[in-house]
Amino acid sequence: MTTGGASETGRPPHLAHHFESSSQQVETGKLGMWIFLSTEILMFGGLFCAYSVYRANHPDIFFYGHQYLDTMLGAVNTVVLIASSLTMAWAVRCAQLGKQRGLVGFLALTLVGGAGFMGIKAVEYTHKWHTGKWVGTANMYHPAKADGSMAPPKTEADPAGAEPAGPPSGAEAASQPFAPPPDRSQVLMPSTGPSGMVALEPSPALEPKAAEHVELEDLPPAERERVHIFFQIYFMMTGLHGLHVLIGMGLLAWLLVRAARGVFGPRYYAPVDCVGLYWHLVDLIWIFLFPLLYLIH
Amino acid sequence: MSTGTTTTGAGATTGANDNYLTCDRGIRSWLLTLDHKRIGLMYMVVILASFFLGGLFAVLLRTELINPGPTLLAEEERAWDFYNHMFTLHGAVMVFMFIIPGIPAILGNFVLPLMLGARDVAFPRLNLMSFYLWLIGGAFFVWVLLSGVIEVWLGIDLPGGGGLDTGWTFYTPYSTTTSSAVVPALLGAFTLGFSSILTGVNFIASIHMLRPEGMRWFRMPLMLWALYGTSVIQVLATPVLGITLLLLVAERVLGVGIFDPSLGGDPVLFQHFFWFYSHPAVYIMILPAMGIISELISVFSRKHIFGYKFIAFSSIAIALLGFLVWGHHMFTSGQSALANAIFSLLTFSVSIPSAIKVFNWLATLYRGSIWLATPLLYALGFILLFALGGLTGLFLGALATDIHFHDTYFIVAHFHYVMMGSTLFAFIGGMYYWWPKMFGKMYSELWGRISAVVVFIGFNLTFFVQFVAGSQGMPRRYANYADAYTVYHQISTIGSYVLAVGLVMVGFNWLHALVRGRTAPANPWGGNTLEWHCPSPPPHHNFSRPQRVGDPYEFRRWRFDPEIDGYVRVEGDPVAPAPEPAPAGTTDS
Repeated sequence: MTTGGASETGRPPHLAHHFESSSQQVETGKLGMWIFLSTEILMFGGLFCAYSVYRANHPDIFFYGHQYLDTMLGAVNTVVLIASSLTMAWAVRCAQLGKQRGLVGFLALTLVGGAGFMGIKAVEYTHKWHTGKWVGTANMYHPAKADGSMAPPKTEADPAGAEPAGPPSGAEAASQPFAPPPDRSQVLMPSTGPSGMVALEPSPALEPKAAEHVELEDLPPAERERVHIFFQIYFMMTGLHGLHVLIGMGLLAWLLVRAARGVFGPRYYAPVDCVGLYWHLVDLIWIFLFPLLYLIH
Repeated sequence: MSTGTTTTGAGATTGANDNYLTCDRGIRSWLLTLDHKRIGLMYMVVILASFFLGGLFAVLLRTELINPGPTLLAEEERAWDFYNHMFTLHGAVMVFMFIIPGIPAILGNFVLPLMLGARDVAFPRLNLMSFYLWLIGGAFFVWVLLSGVIEVWLGIDLPGGGGLDTGWTFYTPYSTTTSSAVVPALLGAFTLGFSSILTGVNFIASIHMLRPEGMRWFRMPLMLWALYGTSVIQVLATPVLGITLLLLVAERVLGVGIFDPSLGGDPVLFQHFFWFYSHPAVYIMILPAMGIISELISVFSRKHIFGYKFIAFSSIAIALLGFLVWGHHMFTSGQSALANAIFSLLTFSVSIPSAIKVFNWLATLYRGSIWLATPLLYALGFILLFALGGLTGLFLGALATDIHFHDTYFIVAHFHYVMMGSTLFAFIGGMYYWWPKMFGKMYSELWGRISAVVVFIGFNLTFFVQFVAGSQGMPRRYANYADAYTVYHQISTIGSYVLAVGLVMVGFNWLHALVRGRTAPANPWGGNTLEWHCPSPPPHHNFSRPQRVGDPYEFRRWRFDPEIDGYVRVEGDPVAPAPEPAPAGTTDS
């Protein structure tokens, strides 16, 4: 801690009244940002936890579902986001060194990176929409769709023209939406369940040959009605992440406007620093999302 | 000797227009204030209003239960529906809008910077934003809940209404299927959670960065340790509730099905997520209360707190262990036997730091010079009720007995003992304790003591009998019951009326103090934490110069002065071989 007695006179304009020195203020701001980022990690942690539970219990649907994600686009997006993290870090450095043009330029580049990421994400989402793999009940594997009113549209984009039939036994589920599937109860007796979650019958492992490419028919019947869960988790995770990218872009735009006015410099760059931390975290989360969702094998 | 040297730190005695209440006038100066003290008071108004609302419905609930069969409404179906909406309102408002924010947002906001000798919290603007988030979320939440009650009562439809009948826990699959307005309620709770997170971030940063010279970690008042532990939980647990509520929104709006067994989802996963927040949230409720008690016990027995480090570390231990015990809410939910056993063991382990605190408080009282002022009465009530609530918690943490007690009135009694008997008592005690500092007015000691006794009696009358009813098998959340339980319910209902009368007396005493109370001295209790070093009420910027800190529990520094009916700082160094005297020399750094 800085020693007390910082005089009231000669305080820099950005120094709030309750701090004794600029360095205390900057350190406090950064600490606050780190704490806030930890809350973000825990928020995503819930989704990662849901992912782990379902993937551990239903590995097949994850393998099946991930085939419909475009690894190329995901990889490009990863590169775009990592590059934008680089430009962000560079922008912070420029602010520290007082390089005004560099700061504005790199902030703009970072913003472009974020926009590029969201653009590619939009392409992916649009494709999901058109192929009936959208979120919620708009997903063709959703049991509520089992009445056949929405036959899964076949497009050449689907690998090997897979044409999954509507999930079997979904009709029963739809007719009595809140009862467990008739063949078994979801909740086993505590003594028979594995530790932790509700015990589900272990799904028979896929045939080795099927590990190359899986058709819906390769899945055990009980698993077919759960395929939509993969897409739901995919949309929840990437959607929340995309929302964070959008918020980050808003913050970057705000920084850009202020930077263009010449607000930041070696004596005052804490906002650039903090937004930078946030941006890196958003980037980091994607670095986990990409392999977890796109690179399942 | 005389009042000339009464106050220290901030310097002169209170000037007429110098304090934070009068330095600015007009509604704008309040609504846009960045002053932690004013924000604390604004929180006080809205949180106490929520408490009143929740309390009103508690009394209505008890009234409905005074006899078997419908009581408040004639037709059975509507009466049951009414009851479901009412208990949801009571639980949700009390949990999300009173107990969780109560002590941190009101007393924490007011006291934390003062105890740090700081001029404000680390992020004053964030603090105001957190208040407005609370206000928005709270208004939303209350409207949804209240409109549901009104709709059922009058048989009408209100705009944006719908109510909530899931209980405060939003358990799936009922919450994904009920026709009540779950989504708006979830969004309200989400916003309230956001507010809670921001307050936590603010407090952690303040405690880390704004401590004055000489206040090492183990020189902090225990209230700050408690608030620190609370903030850690708020920051680490609340986001998980956030994502859970968002997933539930997605479940209802989009039909995602992650928690819906008919769609291949897992309802128990919801319970895990929910309790991963909501069990630590129990410690968000109790930890700051323990902080208050640590202050009260020490000040009013005029004795250095016993086992400072143990109390400090036990706060952190509770905060951390609190994250590992959520599964004890789910012993009957189909968890594996192994998970149950582990959660049961961990649950018992939480009782260790809690008991450490209780023993240290008792040891502090032992051979102290006890001053039975109103705050101490509440503190003593806290110890007794917390012990009862804690010990009955062991019944529930034990697997075999929990199967019997699960979802009975035993649980209801248990958590009211720890949440209401403990947290509310500590909150009221803390309000009495800091009231002179907040408003510069003394309350009526006589009425304070009488109402404390009434509240204590009313509380025990209401809830002790529920242990018995629960152990006899009375299920919770039921609007109707078998005749055999009538006597328990009637005792409980009468107790709730007594309790309500006691609480009204408390509120009246506070209001009366504002209007008629005599002017409070800077240090009416002889406390040595820094807030007592500045005038009552504090000036706008708290302290005019940085504070030097010694031991917060060194009461020999203060001497009672009958002239001002308060304590004055003893000049020189009364503490001869003191652990930490504060002469001009260095203390520590």
